[in-house]
Amino acid sequence: MNRPYSNTKATLALAKASFRSIMRSPSAVVFTLAFPLIFILVFGFLGGGRVRVDVAIAPGSDLQNPVIAALEKISVVHLIRDKSTEEIKTALEKGSYDAVIDVRRNTGQPAFLASVQYTSASVDKGNILKSVLNNLIYSVNAQDRAPAVAELKESTVQGRVYRTIDFILPGQLGFSLLSTGVFGTAFVFFSLRQNLVIKRFFATPVKRSSIVFGEGIARIGFALLGAVFIILVGHFCFHFTLVHGAVTVINMLLLSLMGLIVFMGFGFVVSGIAKSESTIPPISNIITLPQFLLSGTFFSIEAFPSWLQPISRALPLTYLNDAMRKVAFEGAGLWDVKQQILIIAVWGIGVYAVAVKVFKWE
Amino acid sequence: MGTRAIISVKDLVKKYDDFTAVKGLSFEVFENEIFGLLGPNGAGKTTTLEIIETLREKTSGEVWVDGLSVDTDAGKIKQLIGVQLQAAGYYPNLNLVELIELFSGLYGSDVKPMEMLEKVNLQDKAKAKYKALSGGQKQRFSIATTLINSPKIIFLDEPTTGLDPQARRNLWDLITEIRDQGTTVVLTTHYMDEAEQLCDRVAFVEKGEIMVLDTPDNLIDQLVNSGFERKKEVKKANLEDVFISLTGKEWREG
Repeated sequence: MNRPYSNTKATLALAKASFRSIMRSPSAVVFTLAFPLIFILVFGFLGGGRVRVDVAIAPGSDLQNPVIAALEKISVVHLIRDKSTEEIKTALEKGSYDAVIDVRRNTGQPAFLASVQYTSASVDKGNILKSVLNNLIYSVNAQDRAPAVAELKESTVQGRVYRTIDFILPGQLGFSLLSTGVFGTAFVFFSLRQNLVIKRFFATPVKRSSIVFGEGIARIGFALLGAVFIILVGHFCFHFTLVHGAVTVINMLLLSLMGLIVFMGFGFVVSGIAKSESTIPPISNIITLPQFLLSGTFFSIEAFPSWLQPISRALPLTYLNDAMRKVAFEGAGLWDVKQQILIIAVWGIGVYAVAVKVFKWE
Repeated sequence: MGTRAIISVKDLVKKYDDFTAVKGLSFEVFENEIFGLLGPNGAGKTTTLEIIETLREKTSGEVWVDGLSVDTDAGKIKQLIGVQLQAAGYYPNLNLVELIELFSGLYGSDVKPMEMLEKVNLQDKAKAKYKALSGGQKQRFSIATTLINSPKIIFLDEPTTGLDPQARRNLWDLITEIRDQGTTVVLTTHYMDEAEQLCDRVAFVEKGEIMVLDTPDNLIDQLVNSGFERKKEVKKANLEDVFISLTGKEWREG
């Protein structure tokens, strides 16, 4: 008992214990790793976000003509043959086919007549087909003829391929951090308090700050390992874009750390205001669910109606997601996303101000 | 058992909002004795213990532990006491060895977890979770955690409540052993047979006040000298003795 008491040793002992406990807790592993990975898998396999227009060929339509031949060469258009009129009609009504085309040989001029029927169940794709067809008919008709007024020369710049995963992964990563931070922290501190584990700790010389830091270190360590795992799976299995390789990963982890610290603050608040174990999930969901839906986890917030966007733009996860995407896909440095970081920091100050007020030790 | 006071409590008062739990308690615990605080539930035993353990603020009075005041030296007191709380839980998802490692870190000492578990005969349960232990094993484990910092004093709050007769006797042996190795033991109980067998001195607490404080022997003699007689002549054995002789006193994992 002659050695001076070491707060660091106590903090690390707690961090180690907490980390072991988290690794063995099914809910932590499910929320941090399984959920995000499932979403990533689903969206990863949904294809690279490519558009496909399903066009049925009407029974009795002529098949040996330049229009059908040209359509076959267009990758966006998927032609469906050998379906009965009845089948095509119901598929159109349901929107599972986007249009039906019927080409007939004409006795006079022009040589072929193509009639297309769109469906109101799939207006977007109908419009795509419309412009594809306009283009196609124009070039088919213009063959062997010099343009009279103007000729369009088209070319495409070779850019980075922006895949669905590049949008989905940062959102899932952000959500993983949010749920680990809020649910994990809230449950741990509530149950440690409720089961008198913290009281027993207080009977040892450990400082309160050591308890908070020890828990924090463990949770942050676990969440960052999860983040690395998610990023690596995304990168190697689904070609998630990391513009500057390892540097990008480190920047993403630094952003994760900032986000996580703020989200853990929410967790402290929840553990303080929850009256019983069963009130933790609803209170936590009030915090996480709106962010899950409104912070651009699945869709860009620009897709939301304009009255909803201000709410989206008030949420911390929005800025974390935004910063993550800029860093990962556009190769931005942390300084380039300083505005987002600033807003996250403001949230952090606000949340911890509340946490200090409502957090309970006993 | 010495007569040097290792704990001294003077005029201790603890008031909650509209209720006075402890009303001016004074007593001393001597070095290397087993001291029992006895009394019914709600008498103020646990509150008194927790004030001495520096876990609770007192309203007034003085409490000294090994010459240190709970007002100014709470940190130092925590380093030389071991505390077992009534119904305390342990960190979830960890096995006994890992829990001992955790407490070892919290106390800043370097104990070998297996040695600690051997002291309370739980070496076979090293990889078990606390929740999976039986009542007696849980209490023995709790006592192991109080010994990690080689404390001068350990506090046991109702260590045998809810245990079967074998497990209780087993725990008495363990507590006596700890005392024999030089540690002072302060415990609470509402079992009088336990206090009579185990404690060197006992204090009866009722409604926040100490009624009497003496050795169990003296208290019984005083009562007998005052002319008290049991209504029924006592047999040489009681039903508990029957139970023990039927089921055996040997170690039982139950």
